Amino acid sequence: MSKKTIFDKIWDNHLVYNIPDGPDALYIDRHYIHEVTSPQAFGGLKERGINVFRPDKTVATADHNVPTINQHLPIQEELSRVQVEKLVQNCKEHNITLYGLNHPYNGIVHVIGPELGITHPGMTIVCGDSHTSTHGAFGSIAFGIGTSEVEMVLASQCIMQPRPRTMLINIDGNLSRGVTAKDIILYIISQISTGGATGYFVEYSGEAIRSLSMEARMTICNMSIEMGARGGLIAPDDVTFEYLRQRRFAPSGEEWDRSIKTWSGLASDTDATFDKEIRFDAGQIEPMITWGTNPGMGIPVTGNIPGEDETGHNSVGSYRKALDYMGFKPGEAMAGKKVDYVFVGSCTNGRIEDLRNFARFVKGKRKARDIIAWIVPGSRQVEKQAEEEGIRSMLEEAGFEMRQPGCSACLAMNEDKIPEGKYAVSTSNRNFEGRQGPGARTLLASPLTAAAAAVTGVITDPRTLL
Amino acid sequence: MPIEKFRTLISTCVPLPVENVDTDQIIPARFLKATTRDGFGANLFRDWRYDHAGRPRKEFVLNDNRYNGEVLVAGKNFGSGSSREHAAWAIKDYGFRVVVSSFFADIFRNNALNNGLLPVQVTAGFLSLLFDRIHENAEVRVMVDLEQQKISLMDEKAGEQFEISSYKKKCLLNGYDDIDFLLSMKDRIVEWEQNQML
Ligand code: SF4
Repeated sequence: MSKKTIFDKIWDNHLVYNIPDGPDALYIDRHYIHEVTSPQAFGGLKERGINVFRPDKTVATADHNVPTINQHLPIQEELSRVQVEKLVQNCKEHNITLYGLNHPYNGIVHVIGPELGITHPGMTIVCGDSHTSTHGAFGSIAFGIGTSEVEMVLASQCIMQPRPRTMLINIDGNLSRGVTAKDIILYIISQISTGGATGYFVEYSGEAIRSLSMEARMTICNMSIEMGARGGLIAPDDVTFEYLRQRRFAPSGEEWDRSIKTWSGLASDTDATFDKEIRFDAGQIEPMITWGTNPGMGIPVTGNIPGEDETGHNSVGSYRKALDYMGFKPGEAMAGKKVDYVFVGSCTNGRIEDLRNFARFVKGKRKARDIIAWIVPGSRQVEKQAEEEGIRSMLEEAGFEMRQPGCSACLAMNEDKIPEGKYAVSTSNRNFEGRQGPGARTLLASPLTAAAAAVTGVITDPRTLL
Repeated sequence: MPIEKFRTLISTCVPLPVENVDTDQIIPARFLKATTRDGFGANLFRDWRYDHAGRPRKEFVLNDNRYNGEVLVAGKNFGSGSSREHAAWAIKDYGFRVVVSSFFADIFRNNALNNGLLPVQVTAGFLSLLFDRIHENAEVRVMVDLEQQKISLMDEKAGEQFEISSYKKKCLLNGYDDIDFLLSMKDRIVEWEQNQML
């Protein structure tokens, strides 16, 4: 038998049908849906006159388009309200479990799936959202899909997908103090570019990855899509099992023991070959920040913006366009630049560990006077836990407030928009032009680097304040 | 449901020589509140096309009446970022039937194909030739022949083969979609599920 990667094992386990020189029909174990990319799919089912095939395998939440204050009141903006209501109606009609607004389990889809124990190792998972790759942290094949594909899964529990190639990214060595999962992934993308993994499914391995918590692993897998990868995964281990044990919908009793047995076997065979392998040394990685308009334009927070002769993966044209949009000049130092907004949240860094790290950092310090900070928990459960652990009061003492859960300023579909021309240090995943509001200037960074900016008002190396 | 069939297309082109055009540029998130697939073309490339007061930006190619046609020619790594299919809907709704680039993001490629919008991936060399020719003469036309998997500049020998899986090609030539195919496989899917339970 040929040696298999964990990706191959899971894919082959779910292969219903293969079309020669065509895509595979892949069975999907878990389908997450939300208000923005599902209404047209339900509309399609209606036009075809069919029902959802396996409603018990789909879970819904409202997250992209919800306000982060006064969630108990009706949504003010009409189009948003209609979209959220449509989801409620569609779920009801098709018997789909919905953790809608104000439900204790509500939150960003990629935060609630893991924390409720709905995401398991070995699964195939899809959602009409590119950051579905987050769930790969559990050792699953998880990837984002378009609305036609959402309709496919609703209609048949299967999806037609060309089989991606496989890539191994190995990070050896130990991380230095003040360097987090967000810095690892921003570093990788800066090295291989935003298209560097297009066509591939990535497995992350190595000592530095093994040493990470589940929350941190999710941050890494989450941003796999930012280098073009179809998804990214990490083989499950004791850290994974400990995280899942006794979660609300995780298996229990005998089923738990059985599951652990199966999950423990989920690893790439030694000597399994990948289509591409890349190695990095964790010791090389410093706290990172982006200076441009795609997630590959990242440098150490202590670094200088590259000059015209060192644009790397970017053409001179897109380099100039990015600098022009950001209002930066070649060669400038990032540290010391003025910041207007700080956003902590999103499916990349809106989990409890992220809030803990931010709160611990700002404890005993004060929010800089001119900074507007939005601290947005990824879910109701994160919000609740933050309260129980005293994080909310720690934040308040330092002059910050915590909002209610949702995608918020990550994509600025609701009112949480960074104004034109303003600089935001953001723990989210995309710094595209206008991503956080028309004309908004986004600097991607870790919660620690965001905290350092929040208390100093300028871009700051968090290690100097630890 | 049938998608629009595609066989051959002869058209002038709209050049967008920008790399890494992400789906947030193609259709910004604030326009994703609709619950149907229609009308997204009006906001295609919204923030490049209009200023904040809603006035057309003269310098953007969609506002330049020299350039028209059903073929959008764009720089490498087109369609990266968000999985929003609204991006493919917006391009199609605006009136494009083909997007040419030297590299496409995966999800965008799938979304386009699922909507009868043909992504044609060409070499960097051919792409730059194409940009040059269009900029020399806005009337220049290309022919895209799906059957032959060929894109060529009319009135010139220059042309290239492009790749597409034979399954997707058949779907586009005949206007089939994946959902019809999966629905026709229902028995097989049920059988597969039963085997898992053994
Ligand atoms: S937090 Fe941002 S990236 Fe994550 S699901 Fe929401 S919009 Fe998408």
